[in-house]
Amino acid sequence: MLGRLSFADIPLDVPILVGTFMGVAIVGIAVLGLITYYGKWGYLWKEWFTSVDHKRLAVMYIVLALVALFRGFADAIMMRSQLALAYAGNPGYLPPHHYDQIFSAHGTIMIFFLAMAFMTGLFNFIVPLQIGARDVAFPFLNNLSFWMTAVAFILVNISLFIGEFSQCGWLAYPPLSEMQFSPGVGVDYYIWAIQISGVGTLLTGVNFFVTIVKMRAPGMTWMKMPVFTWTALCSSVLIMVSFPVLTVAVALLGLDRYFGMHFFTNDGGGNQMLYLNLIWAWGHPEVYILIIPAFGVFSEVVPAFSGKPLFGYATMVYATCAIMVLSFVVWVHHFFTMGAGADVNAFFGIMTMIISIPTGVKLFNWLFTMYKGRVQFHATMYWAVGFMITFTIGGMTGVMMAIPAADFVLHNSLFLIAHFHNVIIGGVYFGYICGMNFWFPKVFGFKLNETWGKRAFWFWFVGFYVAFMPLYVLGFEGMTRRLNHYDNPEWYPWLLVAEVGAVLILFGIVCQLTQLYVSVRDRNLVENRDLTGDPWNGRSLEWSTSSPPPPYNFAIVPHVHELDAYWHDKENGIDTRHAGGPYQPIHMPKNTVGGIAVGVLSLVLGFAAVWYIWWLAVIALVGIFATVIARSANQDVDYYIPAEEVARIENEHTRKLMAQAAE
Amino acid sequence: MRNKYLKGTARLAGLASVLPLAGCDWDILNPKGPVGDQLKFLIVESVIAMLIVVVPTIIMVCVFAWKYRASNTSAEYLPKWSHSNKVEAMIWGVPTLIVIFLAIITYQTCHSLDPYRPLDAEANTKPLDVEVVALDWKWLFIYPTEGIATVNQLAIPVNTPVHFVITSDAVMNSFFIPQLGSMIYAMAGMQTQLHLMATEAGDYLGESANYSGRGFSDMKFRTLAMPQDQYAAWVEKVRASSDQLDNPTYAKLAAPSEAEPVRYFSHVEPNLFDEIVAKYNNGMVMDKSTGKMIHIQSAMSDMNMKE
Repeated sequence: MLGRLSFADIPLDVPILVGTFMGVAIVGIAVLGLITYYGKWGYLWKEWFTSVDHKRLAVMYIVLALVALFRGFADAIMMRSQLALAYAGNPGYLPPHHYDQIFSAHGTIMIFFLAMAFMTGLFNFIVPLQIGARDVAFPFLNNLSFWMTAVAFILVNISLFIGEFSQCGWLAYPPLSEMQFSPGVGVDYYIWAIQISGVGTLLTGVNFFVTIVKMRAPGMTWMKMPVFTWTALCSSVLIMVSFPVLTVAVALLGLDRYFGMHFFTNDGGGNQMLYLNLIWAWGHPEVYILIIPAFGVFSEVVPAFSGKPLFGYATMVYATCAIMVLSFVVWVHHFFTMGAGADVNAFFGIMTMIISIPTGVKLFNWLFTMYKGRVQFHATMYWAVGFMITFTIGGMTGVMMAIPAADFVLHNSLFLIAHFHNVIIGGVYFGYICGMNFWFPKVFGFKLNETWGKRAFWFWFVGFYVAFMPLYVLGFEGMTRRLNHYDNPEWYPWLLVAEVGAVLILFGIVCQLTQLYVSVRDRNLVENRDLTGDPWNGRSLEWSTSSPPPPYNFAIVPHVHELDAYWHDKENGIDTRHAGGPYQPIHMPKNTVGGIAVGVLSLVLGFAAVWYIWWLAVIALVGIFATVIARSANQDVDYYIPAEEVARIENEHTRKLMAQAAE
Repeated sequence: MRNKYLKGTARLAGLASVLPLAGCDWDILNPKGPVGDQLKFLIVESVIAMLIVVVPTIIMVCVFAWKYRASNTSAEYLPKWSHSNKVEAMIWGVPTLIVIFLAIITYQTCHSLDPYRPLDAEANTKPLDVEVVALDWKWLFIYPTEGIATVNQLAIPVNTPVHFVITSDAVMNSFFIPQLGSMIYAMAGMQTQLHLMATEAGDYLGESANYSGRGFSDMKFRTLAMPQDQYAAWVEKVRASSDQLDNPTYAKLAAPSEAEPVRYFSHVEPNLFDEIVAKYNNGMVMDKSTGKMIHIQSAMSDMNMKE
């Protein structure tokens, strides 16, 4: 009846997990209780869960990303604490069975559910507004994508309390991840979480590609498109091309595990290196999927706070596209040590170095955007400058490892861990948080608190260096990744320093939470409110709308004349909004329960398949098909906002603008 | 007075030049063999090349950000300046030159430091052959010429090149002795090769650099590099062991175990290594002298075949 699930699979013998479960349960009950107490279920359902509004979905994505950050960081600090303890005979407090799950979950969660969700959140909010569109091309798919991502994250977390998670690292290399070596449910949880969220990500890629190609405001030719939109486009292309590879690789691993096939097994003609090639043919583009939009954020933020247009726009676009293409011909640099020939290694090594040229060019572009500008040291700008310094170092260590011979001693060492955290924290995370500080007033109509923002930055910035510079050293001392305990006295002090760094980063996260709390508390203070919709004297179209923007974004679709469309209009006294109309009724997509229904059914399917509860899996699968068919047959998917309503909303905003101007 | 300052500065400069050398205690930067030496040189060389652009960039970030801060109204302000062919030429040109330089040394070192390439020393000195098998979770070293085998201890004579042939009878691992140089994967059904040499006697860390499951953290071995006579004595010590590595013993050894102690085997089944490789390839293995695939008959290919 319950497949291989039994009461014994609930890890009641692990106090950390029982404690975590109680904590989650108490917080969960409190949140649910509060929602019920204030009678907000209907509101949440109507305005958020079933919403197809890209702005609402953006907020949900970023909330999901922040929750994933807490989970992923909890894993991180547990690992650092383990290694600060488990020296010279001390086993630490995490036995390998638990520790191995933690590092596997840490990587999986940080990449798929923090970084990807945050990135999709930014895409969702910014891209339609920047290109003068009223929504994305496929609003229903957008809602579906969100739910697929969210339930996949829930599935990963279910593995904490029912069964176990994968102990094979975040990429589940076979043959370790095969049934022969990992007979438990951990890898199955991993497979289903990746596959379910992969559907969401792939649909997101398709959605934003079509949106950007087809829905730009009249006059916005390719070379008048804001850089963030360019980066979203390149990222979407990479998603569309690389995620199917991930899906296939993980599906083949699933076939091995569920049906005893031999794609990647040791015996029966399987080949583990086939999996490595496939997974990295996705995995390398994946890191560019994440970093390219961060580059987009900096390309918006640095000009805004330097009082100048972006230096070298065309260069920036070409560099982004070059990185997009090159990211597909470097994947072998993840396993130079497999014994490929010298020429193969040389090719992939040199291609990898070539990527550093357009990347370096981008860095110089931001640098020369500040040059002869008026740089305002807003909290947002801190993250950008911190990024420029940190990422330069990360780029250098990356090129070091791109030299195959050097990689022969650095591969899989803590040097590698330091390098990719250097670019993922210093690049991706700093970028997304920078973007969050930048666009927050656009989303909610009030600014984020700056003092706490700067505190958060300093803790993260210093914390990053304290936590990860020792890892570079440890790499040189021959310490490999994923060790659970060690007895080398030379490693010990560095690991203690790294632990201190993790604690500093913890303070950084606490400051970020405080920043959110303080900002919400003080949201009605005059200096925090954004009444104009343009708090930073912005350059692109999103700043021409009110904050938060109306559901339809633009009452009258703007006409684009120049790059930096809104700046051009401001300089030439053109009213981008066409205040006063005349307004037309606006065609809008209706809310849908389809997304959340397919999402929840996918969660059931995933859970049932992990535990071999086949009858439940069949029911869920049938349910998914039925929902999709029902949704496809549904003709009642749109409505019109009447012209009078549009006029009312727009006139109100105009009144606010006038009042603001009069002050 | 002035002289004093100069002296102080000189002393500081001297100290600063010593600081990077402190890194010499770090395994990778304190190599004990020719491969490691070359790798160290390569790493230092590439870092210096990149610092040519990295250091000025970081300085420029700080200087520009500070100099053009909004409160410094005396700095020049060009609110429309966003293009300059000169700057563009520089920002594409300088990184390109550095990458060309790095590409050249990459190509050269890919060949000169190819793990499969025999070391220069092998022209004069016959290399020692060692067959390495990664097991769950220990390392088996077979000395085919000597007919002996060890677990978790690798002894090699100094100044003698060592030719490793490496496979796995479990999951993927990576065979790595940081102070001697390159690592390479150990994979079931496949043979990888590695050439290393120790030029200095010592006791060096050996480890797996690819996570392989529960017992991974203890999957370590010591590499004892010793003078020829001591090495010969070590071989005799192994030969004196009462343990022999026949097929049933191997099956027991290959079963998963953690933190395995050092073990010596005075005799090892001939062809054991080939049989381990062949059992994942329907009994086929590459013949080392001809490079052709041959079929080997063994008790093992139908025994112990892990499902």
